[in-house]
Amino acid sequence: MDCCYIGIDLGSTTTKAVFLDEHERIIGRGITNSRSNYELACQVAREEAEIDARFGLLRGKLEASPQIGALAEPLMAILACTYALAQHLEQLRALHAECRQLALAHALPADEMAAVERALDSIFAALERQAELDFFPGSAAASDFFRDLATSQYLKQAEQVTRELPVPFDRLVGLFDAAIIRVENHSFAGQYRSYLEFAAQRVAADGRFAAFADEIATAVGDTAEQRFNVLNIVGTGYGRLTLPFAREQIRSEILCHGLGAHYMFPLTRSVLDIGGQDTKAIQVDGNGLVTGFQMNDRCAAGCGRYLGYIADEMNIGVHELGPLAMQSTKEVKINSTCTVFAGAELRELMALGEKREDILAGLHRAIVLRAMSLLARSGGVSSEFTFTGGVARNQAVTSALQRLVAENYGEVAINISADSIFTGAVGAALYAKRDPKGVMADLEVSKLASKRPACAGGANCPA
Amino acid sequence: MSSAEVLKEESMVLQKKMLGEHFDTLSKSRENGRKVVYTFVPGNLNELILAFDLLPVHPEVNALQSGMRKLSGDYIQEAEKHGHSEDVCTYVKCDIGMLKKGNIGPTGEKLPPPDLLLLSYTGCFTFMKWFELLKQEYGCPVVMLQVPYQADGRITASQRAFVARQLRDVVVPALEQVSGKKLDEDRLRELLASSARAEDDLVHVWESAKHKPSPIDAYFGGVYYIGPIFTAFRGLPVCEQYYRSLRSEVDYRIAHGMGPTTPEGELRQQKYRIVIEGPPNWTSFREFWKIFSDEGVVMVASTYTKVGGLYEQGFRHDPDHPFETLAEYCLGCYTNRSLPTRVDILAKYVEEYEADGVLFNSIKSCNSFSAGQLMMLRELEKRTGKAGAFIESDLVDPRYFNAANIKNRLESYFQMLEAKRQAA
Repeated sequence: MDCCYIGIDLGSTTTKAVFLDEHERIIGRGITNSRSNYELACQVAREEAEIDARFGLLRGKLEASPQIGALAEPLMAILACTYALAQHLEQLRALHAECRQLALAHALPADEMAAVERALDSIFAALERQAELDFFPGSAAASDFFRDLATSQYLKQAEQVTRELPVPFDRLVGLFDAAIIRVENHSFAGQYRSYLEFAAQRVAADGRFAAFADEIATAVGDTAEQRFNVLNIVGTGYGRLTLPFAREQIRSEILCHGLGAHYMFPLTRSVLDIGGQDTKAIQVDGNGLVTGFQMNDRCAAGCGRYLGYIADEMNIGVHELGPLAMQSTKEVKINSTCTVFAGAELRELMALGEKREDILAGLHRAIVLRAMSLLARSGGVSSEFTFTGGVARNQAVTSALQRLVAENYGEVAINISADSIFTGAVGAALYAKRDPKGVMADLEVSKLASKRPACAGGANCPA
Repeated sequence: MSSAEVLKEESMVLQKKMLGEHFDTLSKSRENGRKVVYTFVPGNLNELILAFDLLPVHPEVNALQSGMRKLSGDYIQEAEKHGHSEDVCTYVKCDIGMLKKGNIGPTGEKLPPPDLLLLSYTGCFTFMKWFELLKQEYGCPVVMLQVPYQADGRITASQRAFVARQLRDVVVPALEQVSGKKLDEDRLRELLASSARAEDDLVHVWESAKHKPSPIDAYFGGVYYIGPIFTAFRGLPVCEQYYRSLRSEVDYRIAHGMGPTTPEGELRQQKYRIVIEGPPNWTSFREFWKIFSDEGVVMVASTYTKVGGLYEQGFRHDPDHPFETLAEYCLGCYTNRSLPTRVDILAKYVEEYEADGVLFNSIKSCNSFSAGQLMMLRELEKRTGKAGAFIESDLVDPRYFNAANIKNRLESYFQMLEAKRQAA
């Protein structure tokens, strides 16, 4: 059984888990939305990281196969996205079932209930069709959280269906809001094997891989039951104190982000992390140890949640904000330092005829300006600089940051890892490995798992 | 009860008794024909006030006491109801709110209105405005002492003469008028000589923190230690008695290798020694203290406990030159020091007290004292090589103390110190 160290970063928006092997190599990453339930989020992120680690093993087996060899790369890409598709379809079916059950509980008159059922059938049929189109290797959908993807698509379909059927839009939204929480509390982790088998079947149908169907099936079977011997686990992030961790197993997110950034880019001396509700500017030494830091104090405007709020105000998804802002041709200045007031300012500017992309460009700049002030207060940028956290995935933020760092500190190398969202979890895992003072048993997985009903599986399972 | 606990009790019991008697005297001042002077802690002229047999009241001390007794939130809201802005110094609003709600002092007895407002320190612009407000409320006179800022980091002869002249020409006549007495210079000299003796003992107490383990917490314990000497008692025999008793308690702790007493008991395991700048948060004082004592942090030196005098730098009240010594005292308080001097003082503390780090608790509603603090911290980090941390809270507005945020930053800081220590 392979040994590993786990770092878990419980952010206010997302929860991340990272598995490290004994050589401090990352072998698995998992991420989920934090919901309002940290224990569950922690559990899900951990499961996702474990699945990722199994995928890594699977990749190793396929690459080592003399027959498959160079085809392993495209093969893994298809397996991964088809796996995500299987998971997505399973969750859609669970969501459909929950919506229906909730509607039944309302004891509606028969004709209204029939209309709701037809509306739900129509919405979910469309969502399943859409899923088949959305999930392809490298697609954004395959890496989105189920909640985000399902929400935007469900609302779109619901709007359409209420034009044809006598069902109020609000009723459909109400059902969805209640059902999605229930589905998020289902456990789908036990489905690893069935999802992968579903993926393997799809792959077998692809002419390029048909000849290796048996070999693929064997490799899938071998890795499906892989377990990891967890030697230590360290938690960090906003929700770390709510977990059943010993004192020794908790590290501040500032230390973890510093060490994680150093791990990813060893020449880093300054780190900026913009998370859901925190902005941290951190200075580290040559070993990744923190020498100074500043955090936003009284107000969380300019953090990830701010972007979420703005996305809601504009009725688009958070991930659409950056690309839209990049289309801006003119910069609109946003003055409000308060999230709620910025929403009002945004509506005012729209009414004045400013374009959405230009307003968004201004908002992104405002976020970076706030971060620049913290960065300056923490000691500025002297050498290589690393940007981490969920907001580092937003292209409009990173380009504004690059410009402003160059303006203020001259040309310095700015590192943004594709894995930047995992920086804190990587740091936590490194502390688990390097400072195993509180060597412990793994999280009380059984206790956590028992709080979470298993997926109905069976008939609903895509495999 | 062990002898240590008995010793510990003595100075605390005495201080409590002193305060109780003082507020009792204040509440009966009208019936006993005693006159009352309101004045502030930094650069206070206690010996001069006592020489006229006047009774001092310190509004900022009342405000911090209201903070500790969880009354300040209501008082501040009361002041805001009367039109005071959310951004104004919370000591001021707490005091105004307390006044509007009946002016009940920390011991539950009513405070008398002032007969004179004596502003002996002008380094804080808000003090001036504060007394302007109180003047409107009480309709009593204000006497103001112009205290030049120590921009060059030292007191010049002309500054000293300038302040001494004001004392003779403006302050003494005002006090004579209010009290109806002529100044008795011999009495003043007596009071000043007593002050100097108590100051010697206090310096001994501060410097005890150079021991390992430190027998005192120079901040959380320190704010109690400055009680008598910075307020109504400096110059009185009872004040001398308090510091003698405190000194012997500290000596006892040194002799027995004991740490300071915290609300959770004796702090034996002293993991980190910290120098701190800025006042504590009063509304969550215990909670704030516990964050440190839980982690084995002892404060070995603090600048806040020097706002009424930096005695360890050698200043003592000098009975042979009463006006010049009072002038020097007013000029020398910590808040009247320039930014580079404050950095020098803190750097010296770090070195002499062998501190592991420096912490700044910056006060959100105090612009005059907070300005420049982050630059000071950076300079200190550079000069001492020690890790610094910066947190923000407030004096007495409970809305500005975010326990989760502060704890989060401090935990990060302590872990940073630990990581640094392990790497060394």
